[in-house]
Amino acid sequence: MSTGLKINQGTFSFLPDLTDDEIHAQIQYGIDNGWAVAIEHTDDPHPRNVYWDMWGMPMFDLEDAAGGLHEVKRCREAFPNQYIKVNLYNPKLTKQTIALQFIVNRPSHEPGFRLVRTETNDRHIHYTMEPYAANEPHGDRYSD
Amino acid sequence: MAEKSDGERPRWLAGVMPYKEMGYWKPDYVPEDSDIIAAFRITPQPQVEPEEAAAAVAGESSTATWTVVWTDRLTAHDNYQAKAYKVIPVPNSDPPSWIAYIAYKHDLFEEGSIANLTSSIIGNVFGFKALKALRLEDMHIPREYIKTFQGPPHGIITEREMINKYGRPLLGATTKPKLGLSPRNYGRVVYEALRGGLDFVKDDENINSQNFNRWRDRYHYCMEAVHRAEEVTGETKGHYLNVTAATMEQMYERAEMAKELGSVIIMIDLTIGFTAMTSMSHWARENGLILHLHRAGYATYARQKNHGVNFRVLAKWCRLLGVDHIHSGTVVGKLEGDPNAIRGYYNTLREDKLEANPVQGLYFDQDWAHMPGVMPVASGGIHAGQMHQLLHYLGEDSVLQFGGGTIGHPMGVASGATANRVAVEAMIQARNEGRDYYKEGPDILKKAAKSCPELASALEVWGDITFDFESTDVPDVLETPTKS
Repeated sequence: MSTGLKINQGTFSFLPDLTDDEIHAQIQYGIDNGWAVAIEHTDDPHPRNVYWDMWGMPMFDLEDAAGGLHEVKRCREAFPNQYIKVNLYNPKLTKQTIALQFIVNRPSHEPGFRLVRTETNDRHIHYTMEPYAANEPHGDRYSD
Repeated sequence: MAEKSDGERPRWLAGVMPYKEMGYWKPDYVPEDSDIIAAFRITPQPQVEPEEAAAAVAGESSTATWTVVWTDRLTAHDNYQAKAYKVIPVPNSDPPSWIAYIAYKHDLFEEGSIANLTSSIIGNVFGFKALKALRLEDMHIPREYIKTFQGPPHGIITEREMINKYGRPLLGATTKPKLGLSPRNYGRVVYEALRGGLDFVKDDENINSQNFNRWRDRYHYCMEAVHRAEEVTGETKGHYLNVTAATMEQMYERAEMAKELGSVIIMIDLTIGFTAMTSMSHWARENGLILHLHRAGYATYARQKNHGVNFRVLAKWCRLLGVDHIHSGTVVGKLEGDPNAIRGYYNTLREDKLEANPVQGLYFDQDWAHMPGVMPVASGGIHAGQMHQLLHYLGEDSVLQFGGGTIGHPMGVASGATANRVAVEAMIQARNEGRDYYKEGPDILKKAAKSCPELASALEVWGDITFDFESTDVPDVLETPTKS
C-alpha cells in the first residue's frame, strides 16, 4: 500500500499541522511587521510551481489576524482537498519578497511525485519530476 | 616657488624625507563622500611616532616610494596621494598601537577589480620595517566605487525565491568524512541528509578531484541524490558542487557540467584568489547558479588582532566581487568568533545601510547602494540543541550547516537532518508567536522533541556540548566612531 508523502514545502512542514490558533499567531506576526497577507491554493504541488491560484487579492491593510484566518477557512471550504498556503509578503525596499510562507491545508492523500530519468550522452541524466496527481486534469485531482 | 615641507627641507630636494612631510599626513583633511577610507591598526616600532607610521602606510599604499622622486611633479600628486588624517590610540594596548584613518581617492583603483584594490591597500605595507605589525580593520566603500562591481550573482532574495524557501534559516551539512569517500558512497550521504530535511549538502573545501573521488563521478552521484531527494520530499534541494581547480579552464568545465546536471548551486574556495572568484561570480550570474564561497585559508591572515586583515574587510570585498554565500562564523561552534564581531560581519553582508558600530567593530557607516546581500553561512561544531542561540545570534537569513550534527546522529544521517529541521521550524514558530525563545529555547526544543524522536535523540547526545573558549579577537570600543 502506498503511504504517499507529506510534501515539505513552507516554513513549518516538519511540525504537526498548525492549529487555527497557531495560524492566527503567525498571521498576526506578519501584520505586526507590516507585511501583506495572501492566501493561495493549488492542485499542482510541483516545487517549482510558484503561481498557485490566488484566493482573492493580497490583504495589504489587515489589522487583525482574524480577518486572515477567516479567509483561510473560506478557502478551505471551497477547496477542501487542495493545498492552501498563507504568504506573508514584505513590500519594503530591498526586500519586496515573501517573508514567511506556510501550508494550512493539504489533500487527505498525497501521492507524491514520479522522477523521470532521461539518459543522454556520457552517463548524463536529465531529471524531470511530475506530481502523480497532475496526470488528471484540474478539478479531478485529489478527489478520491 | 619651491614648496616647503613642514621642516626646513625643501619638498622636492632629492633624498629621503619623512612620509609625514611629503603630504601623506593631513590632520585637517576632511574625507569626501567619494573617498575610500581605511582604518588600520598600526603598531609602530618604538622609535617611530604614530603619525609618521600612519603616513608611511598611506604613502606605500598609494603613490610613495622610499625617497623623493621629481616625477611626482608631473602629476596632480595631491589627488593621488593617500592621506592619513587621524590616529587614535587603542586603549590598554601593549605594545602601544593606534587606529589610523587613511583616505584614498577612488581614482586610485580600477573599476570592479578587487585584485587592484587589494594590491594597493594590502600590497606592500604589511611587510614594512617601520611597523611591528599592521592590521586592516575596516574599509568604507563609497557608492561610486560600489557601482563598478557586479556584486552577488543573485543575493539573498533571489536565492530564496529560486529555491522557494522563506522565513527561516536554511539548513545544510558538509559531507563527512570530507576525504576518502568514493563518489557512490558520497552521494549516499548527500541523499540521506537531503531526504531527512536539509535544504543543502556541501562539498568540503578540499574535495576537488582526487584519486578516490574524481569530480565528474561525484557530480553524477550527487545530482542523482539531489533529484531523488526532491522526489521524496517535494521541495527543492541543492548540493554545493565544489568547482575549485588548478586552472580557470577546469573550473569553467566543472561549472558547466554542474549546470547541465540541473544543480542550483556551485561552490568555490577562497584559495582560488580574488580574480578567479570574480570570474566565477560573473559565470554564476550568466548561468543562473547560486555561488557558495568557502573561506578556506582566511584565518591565516584574519585571526590575529594585531596583524593581517579583519574578516569584516574580506566580507566587504566578497560582497563586491560577488558571492551568494560566505562562511562567516557561528558564535557557538568550534571555530573562532566573538559574538559582537560576528554580528558585525553578518550585518555587513546582509544589510543595505549600516551605521558605524564600535561594539560590533564597524568603524564606518556603509551604504551598499541596494547591492543585494550575501547569505552568511555558519558551519563548524553546531547542533540542534543550540538552535535558539543560533537564531538569536545569526538571524533567519543565514545557512546553518550541521555536518557532524547531522551525519553523526545515532539513528542515521536522515534522522540527524530531521532533528535539525524540526528544531529550526519549532524555534521560528515560537519566535513568531512572541515567545522569549532565547531564554525558553531548551524548553521549546524539548516540547518539539515529544513528537520527534530524532530530535529527542539529538538533544540526548549533544544537548550539553559547547565550545566555550575565549576569543582571540574582540573589537576595541574606541571613543568615537567615524562617520564617513
